[in-house]
Amino acid sequence: METRDLICIGCPLGCMLHVEIEKGEVTKTTGNTCIRGEQYAKLEVTNPTRIITTTVLVLNGDIPVVSVKTSEDVPKDKIKECMKALKGIAVTAPVHIGDIILENIAGTNVNVIATKAVNSTLIHCDNG
Amino acid sequence: MEETMDSYDIVIIGGGPAGLAAAVSAKEKGCNSIMILERDRELGGILNQCIHNGFGLHTFKEELTGPEYAAKFINKIKELNIEYKLNTMVIDLNKNKQITAMNKTEGLFTLQAKTIILAMGCRERSRGALNLPGYRPAGIYSAGTAQHFVNIEGLMPGKEIVILGSGDIGLIMARRMTLEGAVVKVVAEIMPYSGGLKRNIVQCLDDYGIPLKLSHTIIDIDGRDRIKGVTLAKVDEHLKPVPGTQEYISCDTLLLSVGLIPENELSNNMGIQIEPITSGPVVNERLETNLAGVFACGNVLHVHDLVDYVSEEASLAGRNAAKYIEELSEMHVNKVEANPIELIATSGVRYTVPKYIDPSRMDEIQTVRFRVGAVYKDCYIGVYYDDKNVMKRKRKVMAPGEMEEIKIKKQDLLNYPALKNITIRIER
Repeated sequence: METRDLICIGCPLGCMLHVEIEKGEVTKTTGNTCIRGEQYAKLEVTNPTRIITTTVLVLNGDIPVVSVKTSEDVPKDKIKECMKALKGIAVTAPVHIGDIILENIAGTNVNVIATKAVNSTLIHCDNG
Repeated sequence: MEETMDSYDIVIIGGGPAGLAAAVSAKEKGCNSIMILERDRELGGILNQCIHNGFGLHTFKEELTGPEYAAKFINKIKELNIEYKLNTMVIDLNKNKQITAMNKTEGLFTLQAKTIILAMGCRERSRGALNLPGYRPAGIYSAGTAQHFVNIEGLMPGKEIVILGSGDIGLIMARRMTLEGAVVKVVAEIMPYSGGLKRNIVQCLDDYGIPLKLSHTIIDIDGRDRIKGVTLAKVDEHLKPVPGTQEYISCDTLLLSVGLIPENELSNNMGIQIEPITSGPVVNERLETNLAGVFACGNVLHVHDLVDYVSEEASLAGRNAAKYIEELSEMHVNKVEANPIELIATSGVRYTVPKYIDPSRMDEIQTVRFRVGAVYKDCYIGVYYDDKNVMKRKRKVMAPGEMEEIKIKKQDLLNYPALKNITIRIER
């Protein structure tokens, strides 16, 4: 049996977790204050994941970049590939919170969504 | 013909998380004459550049990014039709609650307020305040400035980074710069412990293999036109550099994350009493300053770690500002108690907010927030009503970087009519 101490990153509390591992599976978790800590411990030991937050270029917007995030966790070892996938793409304004900027990033089945609204600087003419 | 100045029941200085929550709360309490003055081009304050997540777990039961958290409140402001001015800088506040401000469209103008809520937030400590030797090369920024460059303007401050200070802003920027392709060589921290949240050590440093050097500081900066490198040194228990421990680290950018200071220039001009330990106003149970009808909340009052607590605190200030207006109009101002209970912070507790409590004017439950001055393990928070111990709360760990709170019940205080002091201390 193996043991590991980890700090839970589920919320700002940062509980110190003590995890028992047998045959690569988590058998016991202590030190957590809530169920998310238990879930985090299981995942962190077997398949660590993270939410990625970054920015993406905007075209025709009232601001040059828009903040985005992965809508769910992605595998930690895919972070670099995800960042690469977002380089060089630009989204056209207007942008709304929740708009999908990129689908299925780096084959993770997770979408990247906007976390900020951006107005368009183009003046639209309505005909008629 | 003489121009009469516009007047509002409540004028809120700052449209960041504190100002927004205060406005919503005041409106919901029944005040319909509110004006928020914001110097930036949009509401949301510092949240606009805090694109990482971790906000809102207490308030909304979900983890949001800064801009998403701000959007929730901004939408509420618009829903409630609360007035605000953007790109508007407040220049002066005076004892008569007259606000002098300016913007491009109106030029210089004055507003008259019945109450003012101070919500100006804080700014970062600069290199000058640190007395770092060297020339003044380009490439030295406060971590927050770098965050603004990257997240708002889409610009990279540099490629090879050294970060001084392990507070949350420094840690968050270590990750941000790395994600954008820079190499963060080291985070140096003068104290033997980090000032930031433990989760940030994991997800910002450990995740990317960025070394954290505790008990280290920068003793020299190399470079004339652009920074070329820094010299790190270990420090002893008196925070003095230890000879022989110097290490040169080349870099093109230095980020400083070395402290936040509440922005109280405007408060000073009004004659508001400032608490030296927090650099924020001294307030009572209503978050009211020594000037009746002037309230303070958020980072301008004391620097917070979690925006959820800012919103909670600001809601209290907003509610009380609205209450004050009610009392004014009812021609009965609930008279301020001449000798309110004074809260004493001692033995490990650096300060409390509020500093004074008048039991007859407090809510049923009063939250008292404080910070400890060092890392404490397996200790107790001891609360005393004069000499009587009334609370002993065990805490596994307490650190300066994590704000603490206790709750005091009005019912309890009413049982001690002659109570002079409430003391909060850390005990083993």
